[in-house]
Amino acid sequence: MPIEILMPALSPTMTEGKLLKWHKNEGDAVASGDVMAEIETDKATMEVEAVEEGKLGKILVAEGTDNVAVNAPIALLLEDGEDASALDAAPLATAPAPATAPAPAAETAAAPEAAPAPATSAPAPAETEWDGPSVTLTVREALRDAMAEEMRRDPDVFLMGEEVAQYQGAYKISQGLLEEFGAKRVIDTPITEHGFAGVGVGAAFYGLKPIVEFMTFNFAMQAVDHIVNSAAKTRYMSGGQVSSPIVFRGPNGAAARVAAQHSQCYASWYMHLPGLKVVAPWSAADAKGLLKSAIRDPNPVVFLENEVMYGQSFEVPDTDDWTVPIGKAKIVRPGKDVTIAAFSIMVGKALEAAEALAAEGIEAEVIDLRSLRPLDTATIVDSVKKTNRLVFAEEGWPSAGVGAEIAALMMEHAFDWLDAPVKRVCGADVPMPYAANLEKLALPQATNIAEAAKQVCYAK
Amino acid sequence: MLEIRRFEEKAGQMYGMGLIGGFCHLYIGQEAVVIGMQAAVTDRDTVLTSYRDHGHMLARGMDPKGVMAELTGRRGGYSKGKGGSMHMFSQEKGFYGGHGIVAAQVPIGTGIAFAHKYKDENAVCLTYLGDGAINQGQVYESFNMAALWQLPVVYVIENNKYAMGTSIERGSARTDLYHRGHAYGIPGAQVDGMDVVAVKKAGELAVAHARSGKGPYILEMHTYRYRGHSMSDPAKYRTKEEVQKVRQERDPIERLRGVLLDEAGVEEAKLKDIDRKVKAIVTEAAEFAQHSPEPDASELYTDVYA
Ligand SMILES: Cc1ncc(C[n+]2csc(CCOP(=O)(O)OP(=O)(O)O)c2C)c(N)n1
Ligand SMILES: [Mg+2]
Repeated sequence: MPIEILMPALSPTMTEGKLLKWHKNEGDAVASGDVMAEIETDKATMEVEAVEEGKLGKILVAEGTDNVAVNAPIALLLEDGEDASALDAAPLATAPAPATAPAPAAETAAAPEAAPAPATSAPAPAETEWDGPSVTLTVREALRDAMAEEMRRDPDVFLMGEEVAQYQGAYKISQGLLEEFGAKRVIDTPITEHGFAGVGVGAAFYGLKPIVEFMTFNFAMQAVDHIVNSAAKTRYMSGGQVSSPIVFRGPNGAAARVAAQHSQCYASWYMHLPGLKVVAPWSAADAKGLLKSAIRDPNPVVFLENEVMYGQSFEVPDTDDWTVPIGKAKIVRPGKDVTIAAFSIMVGKALEAAEALAAEGIEAEVIDLRSLRPLDTATIVDSVKKTNRLVFAEEGWPSAGVGAEIAALMMEHAFDWLDAPVKRVCGADVPMPYAANLEKLALPQATNIAEAAKQVCYAK
Repeated sequence: MLEIRRFEEKAGQMYGMGLIGGFCHLYIGQEAVVIGMQAAVTDRDTVLTSYRDHGHMLARGMDPKGVMAELTGRRGGYSKGKGGSMHMFSQEKGFYGGHGIVAAQVPIGTGIAFAHKYKDENAVCLTYLGDGAINQGQVYESFNMAALWQLPVVYVIENNKYAMGTSIERGSARTDLYHRGHAYGIPGAQVDGMDVVAVKKAGELAVAHARSGKGPYILEMHTYRYRGHSMSDPAKYRTKEEVQKVRQERDPIERLRGVLLDEAGVEEAKLKDIDRKVKAIVTEAAEFAQHSPEPDASELYTDVYA
């Protein structure tokens, strides 16, 4: 049977084209790779090469023909040993049913609303209360202990980054780890964030559990391609085969007086991404429990610390098996009049604001989000059902920030319970200034939060 | 090599029929590189490459049906239809992708080599990259770390002379790429990538070096892609004569055919038989890829998290 040569699709968007010119005549021998014809697509003029060998039996579409549909037969090719009489037997013009190109996912899938809840609002996992003995630790010590305990527990866990080994960490988070675990597992890297983030992802693909420390998250911008394109997406792209059990951690947000390129909160950047988990604890107990959960988690986790918090002390459960589930917010101060939600360093400022508000007779409920993805929407909504007012505080910029997402979620899930619009308290919409006074103005303070709370309570 | 060639021709044809969408980068012309290198490694070694990955997967022994069904975006594909031409993986066969970002596979392959060493496995990671990818900064970050930590990785540069429409002369200050590890003390060699026997020999040396704990090795394969960069590339940046000349004088399959017939005394009929078998395998893969159903809509939300 002669082989039908079909009008090919020669670009991702082509549906029809013009048959410009035939390079072979009827009766010509055709070898695979020979240029058969020229076709004008929606993008360019392309040559069509033969894929099969044989003899050009019949041209069905003359050169110069416009609007030839993709998949329409344009010629018949005689195979080895066939002669022209075979052409009569060919079922002329019975083009195969147009190929049913896979419909784009958006059309076949249920509308997102009806689909399983996206990870940003996953049901919160259970958390155990600790009633055993506790010790006072700084956030710095808590993070170090978390890594050390997990490295003792699992030989596949290792730490890599700039100055993490011999220097004991640029911010002394990895103190003592080189001595205990040796150079095989506590690895000083060159200043090559893009490279070592990729090396970490490769090791994770192969089953190791790297902790990649960025000296600060500002430098993770060099490596963001591997966080986004390699770590977060590969599980999906591999149909569930290849995971990236990796933790990217380091200080995020404003330090003090280091100006624009070293003071930025990247929370909303990472929160945007399906496939990643994003954690930003405030207290030492949560820092420890969440870092241990992050290391054990089979998914890539971005773990946002805060330099200013490193030296602050908190009570921490005195055990080497304390974990805090990722995806669970915590009410750090109960109240009935207004909800203030925040994460990382802003939780402290929110508590300060709540103290000030209490002095004026306003009882604020303060929620520490702790995890940003998955986000514990339920805890915020439940609180808003009680207080009917929400203030959200973050260091980052307002535009497409974490607060923007929270406000949208409240429209979707708590609209009927709100007695005032959700109010955001954000970093000033400017690169961080260096001057001390300007820096203070650029960062949200407890007074700004208290002010916002009074506004949504319509109090003076 | 023939299986890759026929598979790619079929993929091109199916793209033309609208059964394969998006980008589709064919490997036609470069087959000797992956086949020669595969002959130099073992099953416990690992491989990864860029988006031009079909040949690497077939050489690795992955099922042509699963590869083709991924190209058509179907359930039976290696990534259940969710990765497509550029993103496929098989842990079973030690194949770690399929990467769409130029050169991103280089640190990742270096990381897999790191894991081989960490786990004391005596395995080697083959990390393929193009003559365009070689100019990315992360490649040198990787070279430095691989040499610093003596990682068992062989970087195979597939110098096919073009990065999309940019010829190597227009993109690289120095065009002899096997030197690129010199500053890090990484040995390198230039290989005729159109000669499968030469590739195997060079590959064995490089792999033995990496396996023995001496660290990374660079192989620059001189090769050529016959087709456009992807299916929608009209390839106006080179002449037809240039392509035709390589096809006639250096084609890796024709060359091996010549060696087999003239020097090894293999009979023509035997080769015809192979032709037939390969054709059947590819036809079966294409059939499977067209009849495997599309992924269930519920798959949209699976495999995001472990
Ligand atoms: C970071 C990045 N930049 C640009 C592209 C677009 N792009 C895809 S392939 C390619 C050319 C790469 O050429 P080469 O490394 O020689 O590989 P070849 O295609 O020849 O196999 C470019 C620029 C990309 N995918 N990723
Ligand atoms: Mg190239």
